[in-house]
This record gives sequence, C-alpha cells and structure tokens, in this order.
Amino acid sequence: MESGKTKRSGTVIFSAYERGAAIKKALSLSRNDILFELKNSGLKGRGGAGFPTATKWMLTAAAVSDKKYLICNADEGEPGTFKDRVLLIEYPELVFDAMVVGGYTIGADEGIVYLRGEYEYLIDSLNDYLEEMRKDNLLGENILGKNGFNFDIKIFLGEGAYVCGEETALIESLEGQRGEARNRPPYPVNTGYLGKPTCVNNVETLATISHIIVKGSEWYKQFGSDKSKGTKLFSISGDCERPGVYELEWGTKISEVLELVGAKDAKAVQVGGASGICLNSSQFDRTLAYEDIPTGGSIIIFNKSRNMLKVLKNFMEFFVEESCGQCTPCRIGNVKLLEGIKMIEENKFTFKQINKLKELAETMKIASKCGLGQSSPNPFLSILENFKDEIFNHSGGGSYA
Amino acid sequence: MRRNNNVRAPESQKPLKIDIAENPEDLGAMINIEINEKKVSVPMGTTILQACRQNQVHIPTLCHHDDLCIAGVCRVCVVEVEGMKTLQAACSFPITSPIKIKTTSPRVRRARKNILDLLLSEHYGECYACVRNNNCELQALAKEYGVDHYNFGHIEKPKFRVDNSSYAVVRDMNKCILCKRCVRTCIDLQEVGVLEAINRGEATYIGTFFDKPLADVICINCGQCINRCPTGALHANDPRDEIWAAIDDPTKHVIIQTAPSPRAAIGEEFGLEPGHSLTGEMNTALRRIGFDAVFDTNFAADLTVMEEGTELLLRLHKLLVEGNTDVAIPQFTSCSPGWVKYLEHFYPDFINHLSSAKSPQQMFGAVLKTFYPKIKNIDPANIVTVAVMPCAAKKFECNRPEMTDSGFKDIDYGLTTRELAQMIKEAGIYLPELPKSEFDDPFGDASGAGLIFGATGGVMEAALRTVLELVTGEKIENIFENAEIKAVRGFEGIRYAEIPITKVGPVPDLISHLFKDFKWLEGVTLKVAVAHGTANAKKVLEDIKNGGKFSECQFIEFMACPGGCLGGGGQPIPTNAEIRRKRAEAIYKEERTLNYRKSHENPKLIRLYNEFLTDGPCGSISYKLLHTTYTKRGSFIV
Repeated sequence: MESGKTKRSGTVIFSAYERGAAIKKALSLSRNDILFELKNSGLKGRGGAGFPTATKWMLTAAAVSDKKYLICNADEGEPGTFKDRVLLIEYPELVFDAMVVGGYTIGADEGIVYLRGEYEYLIDSLNDYLEEMRKDNLLGENILGKNGFNFDIKIFLGEGAYVCGEETALIESLEGQRGEARNRPPYPVNTGYLGKPTCVNNVETLATISHIIVKGSEWYKQFGSDKSKGTKLFSISGDCERPGVYELEWGTKISEVLELVGAKDAKAVQVGGASGICLNSSQFDRTLAYEDIPTGGSIIIFNKSRNMLKVLKNFMEFFVEESCGQCTPCRIGNVKLLEGIKMIEENKFTFKQINKLKELAETMKIASKCGLGQSSPNPFLSILENFKDEIFNHSGGGSYA
Repeated sequence: MRRNNNVRAPESQKPLKIDIAENPEDLGAMINIEINEKKVSVPMGTTILQACRQNQVHIPTLCHHDDLCIAGVCRVCVVEVEGMKTLQAACSFPITSPIKIKTTSPRVRRARKNILDLLLSEHYGECYACVRNNNCELQALAKEYGVDHYNFGHIEKPKFRVDNSSYAVVRDMNKCILCKRCVRTCIDLQEVGVLEAINRGEATYIGTFFDKPLADVICINCGQCINRCPTGALHANDPRDEIWAAIDDPTKHVIIQTAPSPRAAIGEEFGLEPGHSLTGEMNTALRRIGFDAVFDTNFAADLTVMEEGTELLLRLHKLLVEGNTDVAIPQFTSCSPGWVKYLEHFYPDFINHLSSAKSPQQMFGAVLKTFYPKIKNIDPANIVTVAVMPCAAKKFECNRPEMTDSGFKDIDYGLTTRELAQMIKEAGIYLPELPKSEFDDPFGDASGAGLIFGATGGVMEAALRTVLELVTGEKIENIFENAEIKAVRGFEGIRYAEIPITKVGPVPDLISHLFKDFKWLEGVTLKVAVAHGTANAKKVLEDIKNGGKFSECQFIEFMACPGGCLGGGGQPIPTNAEIRRKRAEAIYKEERTLNYRKSHENPKLIRLYNEFLTDGPCGSISYKLLHTTYTKRGSFIV
C-alpha cells in the first residue's frame, strides 16, 4: 500500500497542479471552449478502450435531458493495474476537479465515483477530501460564484466484480441490479444511469483533463507520439527491480520500459493486464501507443523462470471466475479455453482440438456481448502463438509439474 | 423486510426506446439499409432481426421471444454490420443509421456454429428422453446447423436436482441454456419475479429466492415460463401415468371435462395451423382413449355465471339497498387460479373482492362427485375426475385443501392441452381425422357464454349477457348486436366499459327468492373492466388502491395469462400474439354456431337447479358445494 504523499515526477499527470485550478479556469471558459480544448488534445479514454473523451463529453452535452450524470469509473479491477489507486490516494484533486469541470461541460449536477470494493479503505479519506471541497465551494451550489452551476459528488462502493469495470455493467450495478453489461446501442451518453444521459470516465482520464484545462491542449500535445498524444500512467509489476506507477509518454518502447524498471532477464511482457496481449522478447521493440499496442497501462513482466502455460492458466482461471455469465461465448467459451490449457498441461491434446479452440477464441472476440468476453481470449491466443515452442515442445523452459 | 413490489426487468433487458415514426413520410422516419446487398427501407428503430424477418431473411434465435423484452444473451443471432469490429446481436440492435448487414458471412456462420456447440456442451440429456422432443428450439437449431458430433464435448452427469415440488411447474435446470426467457417472463411479462439468475460465470443458474423449491416461493403457477422455454428445462407436472392407471382400472369410473381453450389449440399439437377448433374430434378421441364420460367445462362455466352473477347482484343490493358500505366492490372474477394466487400473495387485503364462486373446473368437480353419482348410481369413491385445462395453475387449484366439498377430492387431476395431446398420440390416434361426437348427458348442453370463457373478456361478456338480461328483462340481442359485447373483447391489456341500466324488468323465477324487484338498479351505470396478464392486473389493483377509475367499477375480470385461458401455461408451444389471436377467433367463430348463447338459457343447467341445487343460485346447497374461501398468503407460503 502506498503511504503518504510521495513526490512523483512526470511530465503531465505528475506535474505541478494547484487544487481547484481546473475548476477556476473552466468556469471562465464557455462549454464549447472546453470541448474544443479536449478535442484538440486528442485525449482518449485511459481505461483501456481508448474512446475519444471529447466525443463522449460532446454526446452527453448534446443529449437533451433534465438530469445527467458524470461517473468516475474507479472500479480498477484489471489484474496488474494500480495506477488509479495512486491517483485517488495522492492526487484526488486532479480527479475531482475534472469531475466538476465535466459536470459544468456536459450539464450534469451529480457526480458519482464508482469505487472498487477492495478500495473500501479509501472511502473515508476521499469523503474527507470532498468535504473540504464543499467548504471551499469547489462543490455544492453556485460553485465559485458561478450562478446556477451546482455539482456534488458521492462515492459508491462496488462489490468486487471485475465486469463492473465495463461501463454499462457499472451502471447496472449502481442501479442495484446484477452487474451485467447492457445491450448497446443505446449508449450511456443517451440512456445511462437511471435512464439518463451519463458520461463514464476513467480516473486517469479525468486526472489528465485537469491538466489539459489548466495548461491547454497545445501544451499537452507536445508529448507523445505522432498519433498518440500525451502521456500514460503505467502500472508495472512482475519480475523487475523497481515496480510501481510510472508516467511515460506514448511511443515508449517495451525495451525502454524494461530498462527503466530494471527487468534483467525478461522473457515475456503482458501488456494490458489479464485481458491484454503477451509479447515475447522478439517483440520488445514494439511501442506502447494507440497505433501499435494500445493499453490501459498494466505491464506484467515475466522472467525466464516462469512457466508461460501456468501464467496463461492463471489468467484463464480469472476469466472463468469473473465472467458475468449472461452471454454464451464468454460464459462457456472461457471454460473451454481453460479446459484446453489443462489438456496441454496433461499432454492429452491434439492440434486439431487446439486449432478448434483458437477458432472459438476468435468467435468469443467478435460475438461476446461486452468487452470482457471480447478480450479474455487475448492472452490465450497471444501466449499460445508467441510461446508455442515453450508450450508445445517441453524443452522451452519451465516444467509441467 | 417488505418485498419490493416494483419488479421489472433491468435496463439491460429492455429494448431501446425509439418511437417508431407514425408517419413513414416524416423526415428520417425510414432508413435505407442493405441486407446481404439487397437494398431495403425500414422504419427508424426497427431491430436488425425485425428488418431481416420482414425481408424473408432467416436469423436463428434462442433468447429472443416476441412476447418478451430483449436479452441479447444467447448470441446465436449475431450478424455482421459493416464498419463494426465485432458482430452484433440482431435481436437487440436498433437500426438508426443506414447500415449494411451481412447475415451469412463466414465469420457469422462460424460464430453461430461455435456458440451452438458451446450451448450443446452444457446441455445435459438426450433428445429422445425429453418432453420437448421434436418441439425444442435448441434441437431445431442443431438440425439447422447440421450438428452431428459435439465439438466441445458434452456434459455427462446432471448438475442439478430436478425440482418437481410444484403441482404446476417442474424445473430441470440441467437442460437450461440460460436464455433467461423464464426470468423475463416472470419479472417483466407477469411482474411476479420468482425466478432470477444466481451466481455468475459458469456457476450461473436460474433459481428461486434462497434456492427454495418452487412450491415454497410465491410462484403463481401460471406456467407462462413453460410456454416460453426454448428447451425442456421447464415443463408441467405431468399426471398422465396416474390417469392411464385409472383408465385401466375397471373399478374406476373416469370422467373427463374439457375446458374451452384446449379444443381451440390442440390441433397445433398435430401439425394444424393455429385457429382450428377440434371440439367434436376431441370428444371421440377421449372416448377411444377410454374415458367413461366426456363432459364440457362450459356447462360448469354456465353454472359459474349464474353463481357469480347472482353474487354480484347480492353485493350490489347490500351496498345500494341495505346501505352496507363494508361490502367489497368491485367484485373480482375467480376463474383463473393463477390470478387468485397472485392476489393472495401480492394484494392479500383484496381477497374479499374475489367472487366466492369457484372456478368452473372446481364447480364441476363438486357436482360430478355429488349429483352425478346419485343419478348414475355410482359410488363417488370410485369416480376419478380429470380436467383438461389450458392451464398449469389448475393443477395447483385442484389440490387446494379447500377443494373437497363433495367429501372427496373434487377434481383428481388437472391435465394440460399438451399432455392430453400426448395421451391421444400414445393411443395411436391422429386427432384431426376423427369423426365428431357430442358431449355426454346429463350435462350435454353448454352455452356459447361458457365457451368464450377461454378468451380474455369472455367471462365478463358471459356474465353481462346473463346479468343484463335478468335485470332488464330485455333480450341481450336487442341491446348488443348479435349478443356480442365488443367493448370487452380484444387483446388490449386493460379494457373498460360502461353500460347504463335504463330500465329494469321483473325478477326472474330462479332468483325471485333473493330480490323483490330490481328498481334499485334503475339508472345505475354498470362499470366493468377486463385485465389479462398479472402485470396488467397489477396496474388495475394499484389504480384501485389509489382510488382511480377502476375503484368505481362494480365488476372486473382478471386472467393471469396474457390473452386469457387460450394463452394459458398448459397450451401448445410456441405462443405469440398472432397464435393467441387465431385461437380467440376460433373460439368466437364456434360460439356463433351454438344453440344457446346465454348461460341462464341452458336447459341442462336449469334442470340442475331444479333437481339438485334446489334453493337456487347462491342458495345453501350451492354455497356448500360451489363457493369457496381464499387465503391471505402475502409474501409467505401458507
């Protein structure tokens, strides 16, 4: 667990910021100006799906309704991801200020933080922080003297289901239903929480917005690669000397990351958490960017001592456990993929069966109802492909015990 | 804790609310799309599935049902939409922009086949040992996709114990494919909310509150979930073995009564199009099977009309003449046992509104074990009474402990239309080819009023025909053309009608001991309503609670099932609005041909009152045999 306020360094998110600055600046701007800044920044959702944030805000702003909601998705459940926790503990001002800015921009007067169940221990400090904001009129009625702009934030604690990180399942959960993804369309920007237009943003997306509002989109765009602007927080864990949360510019190579965290004999890098893809050493010159490997920021490093089939089995056990169970491909498909892994483990398989399972994995990616089942086959496909020598010729390292 | 009465499907199961433009000429009302490169135009908000069906493009479905809200969970209906990375579920995708759809691309075919293989891998059992053999949507889909082996294995041992605790519905979750049609039926169509998914991922199953047996939860036994289950996971509790045993026992006198709805639907079990009535053929088949007597429940429906109608007049007399404001008005019908149990559970404070008259099935049972053995000189202990009903709840009703007023169990077995069809098939009979025959005496005549009990609004129409004629002395044909009271017919969820009583006549002999005259009814406007499906019943009840217009009604007909009995939980599968409409047409068509159209004109009924129920409708004998009481169940099982 992180303790106290350690000073982190970074070009955007971890750069200097004064509490309330984004709100002050935003209230001096028109809604269109804010939307323009966001659009110009090219910011994409940092939860992993990478949907353009400005578009989401514009659609919610354009929706006609007497009531709208802005939800901060703090259900950080992707294995290997812990950046949102750092932001909520050390930089709550970035997150909450941007929620107020969002409320102002899209016309919402209520913000909800959907906090991961396991982060219950953060609730008191976050509520204390919100209380301070209310005292300073950064929340409440007529915020900072802006007549008619009311906005407040409440915190809702999830129950620990992975699928509730999916925005429509999150909304179902908020409404007190089973955490199951909705049919889309309609999208939450039109029909969201309690049927009202709802904008759901990741913690890191919001934190980035606070800086963009204060310092401008042109400043933000100087960081990053040609097609992926700005920076990204990476939660780096596994076999390395300096695990932790790092702010890196988009376009950073995997090999540079490994160097940075002191990963000496890395054999595999899982990018994007359990639902991401697993790279072998021949792919370490690939870059972290929307044009190459888009990611929500989880990087798990495996060194030569690791058995990749066990790694894969662990991931698939996770998905079998966490599938919500409503749609067929995800509910049964993940079980079948796990059975396939066990077959390989026991050396009782045919390649015909494995190829059938790969075909099934492709079906799951295109036919599942939500992002969970659409991405859970990623490790199965990438590990079997990128580590086929190790897995299918027992000489590749590791044992099958 | 109080139960949340506000059960509805969660947002995830509701369709996108797009108002389909009324005027197709409006700008943006129609959208030009392409289905498999064919250009077509569809109204805004049409789902891909609807658009494909309108254009004769077949899309397989499992979780989709025309009567239910959207689920989008089985994924066998996936199609390709140009520009979208993933496949889209045709059932839940509303068309709002000019899209191009491909329904048979290699990706689509492979995906559907894989999904089907996954479902089959978890579907326990063999088709030939299943109640839904040859009428199973999963089986049909497997045939459609040419499944000849299990690509992903096949479950070898059952995971769940079969729940046959309920008199009405048997749940075998080993055959469940988690389409959630039953959940949506219960939560959304009927607003009862007994079933819900429990657990998640591969551990998901459809269960009840605290996994209690179905008999111990607030299930109303309507069986609508059975009619919508795509597989054999849900079926009715089948008494065929016991009935065959009774038929085979020479000491037993086995009687069968047939309700109005089965005859209008049983042809569907033999491959006929919906809408063919097989009344006479069914009578012949029942005799060939070996039943000793074949009676028409419509006769008992006539009896119900007399009792229930008289009860209504008595209630009104108490209120209007005796000034007794405690009397419960409006009076509710009590023919539908699903509705009765719904009221007992969800609105227990309203049970005094229920007519104390038993349902036709149970009235007949009481007569068949008292009057009938007397005139036939049979020991009532040897009489076995079977009732063919379109209904699952009738199985529960005949087992209610209070239904023993004859001194025996009034009705021994409730048999569904489906189960009777099965018995007919077992007897080697092809029903549509049989010669016709009549019902047996002494109950051989029944009026058309009894027949239309099968359709929503029918009980109301039958009661009105009799009550209005008795009170006004005017022939009903002179008030309503052809005696058809159109205002209470139809399929609208809730219907309301006002009928002013402008003149009254002398009190007819049959009830002259109860009323001196009908002057007190002169100038009264009769306000009546009809509701079918418990979701609609709930709306009416809430309105009455809030003192709305339905609280001013004198008489309301409620049926638990959408469409009334003809859409009952014991009727042939599948069901949809079109099928129910055709069954109703068959009933109304047959009704026009009958000799008697009004219950009180039925000569055999008059004979019953003259010879047996000698102190008339609502007299002491009928109170003993033909009336009953109800139980305030609330959220608990009593």
